[in-house]
Amino acid sequence: MNTTAMKRVLIIGATSAIATACARLWASEGSDFFLVARNVDKLQQTAADLKARGAKNVTLHEMDANDIDAHPLMLGRCLTALGQIDIALIAHGTLPDQKACERDVNLALREFANNCTSVIALLTVLAMQFETQRCGSLAIISSVAADRGRPSNYLYGSAKAAVSTYCEGLQARLFKVGVHVTTIKPGFVDTPMTQGLSLPAALLAQPAQVAQRIVKGIANKVPTLYAPGFWAVIMLVIRSIPQPVFKRLNL
Amino acid sequence: MSTPLYSWGRFPRSPQRGHSCGWLDELPAHLDRVIDDHGSSLPYGNGRSYGDSCLAASDQVLHMRSLDRLIEADWTNGVLKVEAGITLAEVLSVAIPQGWFLPVTPGTQFATVGGAIANDVHGKNHHVRGTFGRHVLSFGLLRRGQPEMICAPGVNAALFSASIGGLGLTGVIHWAQLQLMPIRASQIDTTTVRFNNLAEFFALSDELDGQHEYSVAWVDCLAKGAETGRGVFIVGDHAQYGSLEVGRRAKLSMPLTPPVSLINKLSLSAFNNLYWRVHPSQRKTGRSAYEPFFYPLDRILHWNRIYGRRGFQQYQCVIPTANAEAAMGELLRAIADAGQGSFLAVLKRCGDVLSPGLLSFPMPGTSLALDFPQSEHLQDVVFPRLDDIVHAAGGRLYPAKDAHMSGADFRRAYPAWERLEALRDPSLMSRFWSRVLL
Repeated sequence: MNTTAMKRVLIIGATSAIATACARLWASEGSDFFLVARNVDKLQQTAADLKARGAKNVTLHEMDANDIDAHPLMLGRCLTALGQIDIALIAHGTLPDQKACERDVNLALREFANNCTSVIALLTVLAMQFETQRCGSLAIISSVAADRGRPSNYLYGSAKAAVSTYCEGLQARLFKVGVHVTTIKPGFVDTPMTQGLSLPAALLAQPAQVAQRIVKGIANKVPTLYAPGFWAVIMLVIRSIPQPVFKRLNL
Repeated sequence: MSTPLYSWGRFPRSPQRGHSCGWLDELPAHLDRVIDDHGSSLPYGNGRSYGDSCLAASDQVLHMRSLDRLIEADWTNGVLKVEAGITLAEVLSVAIPQGWFLPVTPGTQFATVGGAIANDVHGKNHHVRGTFGRHVLSFGLLRRGQPEMICAPGVNAALFSASIGGLGLTGVIHWAQLQLMPIRASQIDTTTVRFNNLAEFFALSDELDGQHEYSVAWVDCLAKGAETGRGVFIVGDHAQYGSLEVGRRAKLSMPLTPPVSLINKLSLSAFNNLYWRVHPSQRKTGRSAYEPFFYPLDRILHWNRIYGRRGFQQYQCVIPTANAEAAMGELLRAIADAGQGSFLAVLKRCGDVLSPGLLSFPMPGTSLALDFPQSEHLQDVVFPRLDDIVHAAGGRLYPAKDAHMSGADFRRAYPAWERLEALRDPSLMSRFWSRVLL
């Protein structure tokens, strides 16, 4: 076991499948964790798993990411527990029912808050901390859906697009103080979030597979990371479809 | 996950809809919901059973794979508590660096712990350590409408022994506590030698099994006449010197399912011949990483696709010691006559270590396993002939591999079936169980 690889990791949305899979990889290096999620029972099950896999100290914090006033308190507790943040991973999110959002403004705005506003709020607080630290990595899970507004999920797509653009700006701002920002764009991943969707089996990736790429990408300071990698090619093709054609498609 | 699930043999071709649950505390409500919606169900791990024992009668399975967490690890004593959907590969990846290994492992590391218990799997060290179930300290069983039950030797003892090898019918095994085995290195010291016929196999087995932890033989299922039962005998032990390394070998993958089986008479006889010839006629010692030693086929992901769209069936039987040599000869002659079989047929002596399981497959004797591409000829001609030999010799077939045995044969070979049926959770039903109970 390489002790120099040990990291101090903050994860928001720590019970999500992709976050858990990443955390397992960091746990095997003997890392410390500050895990944030809404459900304490699930946090405890996640923490037990990480400890058995080699995590040293795991601190749990119950918080709804939409409770923006609670963010500074969370960060304070996190710094007390970890001392500093080497990696912050923002992984919470929901997959809205696009059709329902087209009929219900409040639902649409709530989903937008889950996937975008809460992330921007967290990033505002975290960016100040990282600016003080002048070291560390921020990783944000966006989505391939951010690359183009598709009729089947443009609410989710637009929320993730806002996050991606925000991250691009943040990247440039924090680069100057030695902090790295990685925007992660997963494709179809076999997680509870995608359960019940009929996704093409050939494109469906396992969380563990995606996590390996994410953990490596963060370590290598990759700015934008498609996971699995072949999505970079798929999205290049989809982005290059001219608008007059694109609007006639039912993607 | 909405991709349809199949058994490993992809026969019978009954696509299953998986209902996944990622959290132990949500499992009781999840079970209720699936049963309310579909009448009955069956826990499904990672789909490594070959036939229809992992397929629900309702075609709606409880997909357990996302329950893959460790719950508690005691690395001082090698006791590991895990959720039931974790695979053996995942267990090994955390246990090996701590100096522990699975005390019993089947020929694939992609089975789940829940599946390993429900089929009471065995491995190359059955003659020393018996079945997987012997090393299970306790497990959690969820039966519909009842609070979670802890089963262990002496605690809910009837359900404990019925669930080991109970084919997932007694309730949902959702966590398990395993006793691991200490190792000093992850490598295996091996000795390999080929043998010219069945008599030589039994002589080698008599001589070497007692001296080694692991013992297995590959036989050329097409060899005829004086060469019937020729093959390669391999024994192994955990190395005393080496390193504790988790296998990280790149996996190949069979990318698609060809329309017809790539296993035919020509490819089969060429491979079997070559395989026998490349192995030494004199005993040769060697050293292997644990993955190629235990899991040669795991190297190729989706290797089951090689048998084409129609799938394949595995035939695995065990013959009691007294009749083993004669019956194995008859079986191998029948298979060679049919001109069918797999790249590698596996011959293995089973020991007399008793399993706690009610319906466990192994018995003191010799086991033979091989794969056949699916065809009508198989059902109508080959298997009936093999079944006759097995039953005349007092042997039995392995439910985890089976897609064909008759109800009468099953009930004769496993007289404890009635006790399992009495303890079955009425909301759980497999295609296998409904087939053999008729």
